[in-house]
Amino acid sequence: MTDCFVKAVGIAAPGLGGWTASLPVLSGAAAYAYQAETPYAPALLPPNERRRATATVRQAFRAAEDALAAAGGEARELASVFASSDADMAVLHRICAALAQLPRVISPTDFHNSVHNAASGYWSIAVQSMAPTTTLSAYDASFTAGLLEAVALARERSGDVLLVAYDSGAPPPLAAKRPLALSAGVALIIGRYAGSAQPLARLTFDLAGDGETPCVHPELERLRVGHPALRALPLLELLAARRAGSVTLRGTGTLSVEIRCEP
Amino acid sequence: MKPLAISSYTVTSAMGRGRAAHVEGLRSERTGLAAQNFEDAQLPCWIGAVAGLESITLPRPLASFDCRNNRLAELALAHDGFLDAVGAARARLGARRIGVFIGTSTSGVRQTELAYRERATLSLDRLPDWFDYRTTQNTFSIAEYARLRLGLEGMTVAISAACASSAKVFASAARAIEAGFCDAAVVGGVDSLCLTTLYGFNALQLVSPDICRPADAERKGLSIGEAGGFALLTPRPEPGSAACLGCGESSDAHHMSQPRPDGAGAVDAMRAALGAHPTARVSYINLHGTATPANDAAEDTAVTALFGTELPCSSTKGWTGHTLGAAGIVEAAFSLLALEQGFMPRSLNTRVPDPALRAAVLLESRAQRIDCVLSNSFGFGGTNCSVLLGRAP
Repeated sequence: MTDCFVKAVGIAAPGLGGWTASLPVLSGAAAYAYQAETPYAPALLPPNERRRATATVRQAFRAAEDALAAAGGEARELASVFASSDADMAVLHRICAALAQLPRVISPTDFHNSVHNAASGYWSIAVQSMAPTTTLSAYDASFTAGLLEAVALARERSGDVLLVAYDSGAPPPLAAKRPLALSAGVALIIGRYAGSAQPLARLTFDLAGDGETPCVHPELERLRVGHPALRALPLLELLAARRAGSVTLRGTGTLSVEIRCEP
Repeated sequence: MKPLAISSYTVTSAMGRGRAAHVEGLRSERTGLAAQNFEDAQLPCWIGAVAGLESITLPRPLASFDCRNNRLAELALAHDGFLDAVGAARARLGARRIGVFIGTSTSGVRQTELAYRERATLSLDRLPDWFDYRTTQNTFSIAEYARLRLGLEGMTVAISAACASSAKVFASAARAIEAGFCDAAVVGGVDSLCLTTLYGFNALQLVSPDICRPADAERKGLSIGEAGGFALLTPRPEPGSAACLGCGESSDAHHMSQPRPDGAGAVDAMRAALGAHPTARVSYINLHGTATPANDAAEDTAVTALFGTELPCSSTKGWTGHTLGAAGIVEAAFSLLALEQGFMPRSLNTRVPDPALRAAVLLESRAQRIDCVLSNSFGFGGTNCSVLLGRAP
């Protein structure tokens, strides 16, 4: 049995523009309404990196900066885990399209943005953090895999860890092969210890579970099944409602992860 | 971290298939690199290609995973009794209690390149039906392939942190075991040749037209290679047996594609790996040593800051090329072979050592008892990882 404390949550998705603004919808007090996200300029990125950062990186930053604001803003000491199923499919598309014709010329910026850990690299530069950072993929279970990595990392370091789960839709023709309906990101700041500020909740994990918990609200359930990062929504509903309970998220292998939540 | 036994391991690269081929190649100083002839790439450089991938077939139930990267995984898994060792661990611990942590940087991107080329050649408005995104291109594909091929059901992740990917799998596996998420772990890394990395590193002017020459005064960049390797990590190693003793991770917080010149991130990673085992006596460092001017200089600054100028070290990329997301596991395998054999490989292809570098880069291979090896892996995004391998106390 392993546990952690949730210190802050961030979310950036259509109709879910930030944790505080989304609380009424996530807790069931208000109906969900789709609202396209406006373009985002990450506040923490220096101008050079901001120019080069792709939409996918900005998506990750949007969620991460939302969580960080809720936690009070110090990111330098945080270790981090970036969880993304597909990394940057727009960059992948541009590179593969360029390689399919002669002469083959690919942009150096596209190439360095093509690494799965691009968002993690931009983040460490942005907040000047030399702490460990990991980037992983587990397809639709990427949020769950990222959460377990973050919990294990928080346990190892005895410090707080930022988890950012994010993915962006692909352009055609790639979109037909990996249809993500939208771009979204979810961030959590977790720690092994409660710390001085009142944490949102304590989570305990059991990997022996089966199945998965759908969202309480049908509109959110549609978002959940269409996006790897939004597989976190049942957990976020529980956190937003500030009530004790448990949710089961589909994990990897044949495992599901049962998460018990105590405010 | 608590030491983890290396219960079994295997490696396949341009040097050959399995550990014996690598020992033989190291001792005979036979490089796996050759003049670039990958597909129809028009780049004058050297590559480390694994021979025979064209004829590898995947087991029928996993046929949808077919792509160069998963073929390389299939080939690598078949050596050194690795399948049997995992089978025995599975029988002992249960399939759900063994985690799978695989590093890759580009997974099956070669398949996507082929799909886009067919679309361009035939002027299609969509990608061909044979292209299966999830089982080939997606980063997780390689980890899921390894899990299914090994009959495991435990937690499974693909770690994709550029060229540090399959060093970081040791760290992720170790903390997952300590957190109780699994009882043992298969770690590994697989990256395969593709146009994306050949043309991409070329666009960044990091590819040498000549064979790569780590630490050489005239080094001009890297040679790209492909490789796959795996290790089975189990807790409570027998005293004296080969073990992973520590892992250290850090970030440069400097630049997306250039190392921090002062090597401070690399120092942090090496120090953290040692910190887990302060009594370990490092006998040899297997350097990241890509042979780019910037990497070798920054790493030299870091190594000499921590260890001074006498500790023997070398890069083995003159043998395999830079195998990117597989470099961590390949060089962990070299480190384990060095421990077993009492053999420090020299820096192959290095002719005139760069006088600006101060570390004791080996110009001749050396036979000597080895207690501990530190293996360095650094990647784009400024991500660093060092793995400490030695004998269990």
